[in-house]
Amino acid sequence: MSTAPILAVRNLYARISGQQVVEDVSFDVAPTGVTALLGRNGVGKSSTIKAILGIIERDGSIEFQGTPIERLRTDRIVQRGIAYIPEDREVFATLSVDENLALAVRQPKPNRALVNELFPELTQRGPQLAGTLSGGQQQMVSLARGLLNDNELLLVDEPTKGLAPRLVNEVARVLKTAAETTPMRLVEQNLFVVRELAQDVIVLSGGRVVHRGPAAEFLDDADLIQRHLGVSGGDDDHATGPAHTPSASAGEVSA
Amino acid sequence: MSTVILLLITGIGLGALYFLVASGLSLIYGLMHVLNFAHGSFLTLGGLVGWEVGRRVGDGTWGGLFVSMLTGIVVGALFAIVTELLFIRRLYNRHIEQVLVTVGLGLATVALFEGIWGTDPIITSKVPWLRGTTEILGARIPNHIWLLIACAAIVLAAIVLFLRFTRYGLIIRAGVENRTMVTALGIDVRKSFTLVFAIGGAAAGLGGVLASVYYGNVSAHQGTSMLIYAFIVTVIGGLGSLPGAAIASVLVAVLQQFANFYLGGTGDLIIVLALAAVLLVRPSGLMGRKLT
Repeated sequence: MSTAPILAVRNLYARISGQQVVEDVSFDVAPTGVTALLGRNGVGKSSTIKAILGIIERDGSIEFQGTPIERLRTDRIVQRGIAYIPEDREVFATLSVDENLALAVRQPKPNRALVNELFPELTQRGPQLAGTLSGGQQQMVSLARGLLNDNELLLVDEPTKGLAPRLVNEVARVLKTAAETTPMRLVEQNLFVVRELAQDVIVLSGGRVVHRGPAAEFLDDADLIQRHLGVSGGDDDHATGPAHTPSASAGEVSA
Repeated sequence: MSTVILLLITGIGLGALYFLVASGLSLIYGLMHVLNFAHGSFLTLGGLVGWEVGRRVGDGTWGGLFVSMLTGIVVGALFAIVTELLFIRRLYNRHIEQVLVTVGLGLATVALFEGIWGTDPIITSKVPWLRGTTEILGARIPNHIWLLIACAAIVLAAIVLFLRFTRYGLIIRAGVENRTMVTALGIDVRKSFTLVFAIGGAAAGLGGVLASVYYGNVSAHQGTSMLIYAFIVTVIGGLGSLPGAAIASVLVAVLQQFANFYLGGTGDLIIVLALAAVLLVRPSGLMGRKLT
């Protein structure tokens, strides 16, 4: 099996409305498993994903499966097999659940059986407007949109943000299933989810990469977690448990 | 009573005309955030070329009018497509430049139309039935009003069905709500931009031919004067809302008719005041999404 990175980012800079939000970021995403992108709130994690997809203005080199994609439009990048599951769900509120899913289909035979198996509730809510769903249900729609197609890479941004602990476990289960077949780049504040899913971590601070390495090694080092994320680590800490309180998750207690 | 009925129905007819222009403006703004000041030129060219072709087929006949309407639709759509591909596509998200280019195009095309067709209105022939009236509850309604209402209703139904039951319609509805997310699902939203321009141009081109029926003439300035009302309608209805544009078209035109008749020709003033009131009370328009 090839060990070449599926995604190689070099010297990435990104701006939103002229303001620098990502500065000289370089990293690789392994061809299998989950790479988590960590950091305090506002350090540029979501912006990095958006920059990779061309949603925001960016400079630098981005190679996907060895091919440069930094000059491609967002839709062309996604058509190459990169699915984006955005922060805050971003479902189309005025469209039904069925229409949200239909819109996401990019291949003649979408993975409807997989989606139905993972999200049985959505099959009953097909005609319902997505804007009337709960936050957890909207997250299911958002994940389902990504999983309907055969992807080469999943870019998942804060999938458990604002969800109740029971739903956090549910989302983690779905992501684990998805990661069995597709490499994933995960932005996540909840260290329990990171521990459950990720093999590698990349930590950003001030728009730059400040740490990279195996996830287990990082999560077992309370000093590293304290220094880079501003929360205390350790297995008995709330930040690494499924029933974490919002105030104990990495980003929310930090600046 | 008959006066009220007359004003009401002729107001609805005028509203139909406004809707044909405003529907395209609203869809274009909703999806692309482009304020298209050249939209009136789609109407003018549709009206002028439609008249040229229609009178050669049969001046003042149903056949001539039908060909004229088809020509207006095709010319309006083609002009809109060319405008989108040549000018707007290069200026996505550059709103100031878009306004400058569309204002410039609107002015330049009017000058071009004046050069070809002259500066004076050209009197058009009407189908005999359209020159007559139909009595409704004592009011003698000009027959051409029914044509306007029927055409606008067909256009409204066609656009609604298209948006509701086709994949491109789905993409446009989603794009009006969150264009970035549509592209992030791997959809080339630019094709939808061109399509929306074509639909808007077709409706405006048809509006140009129907305006010649309503006013009894065609002129190089018809689109420019209609565009002002269409913008008012679009803002009152809610930018990006097709039902909003339909409802506001009728409300504005009926209000205008009543004010012109009962308040000494103050229709234009009244609708500008209505626009101001809507902007103050509900800045997103009657059916627009709330501004954040």
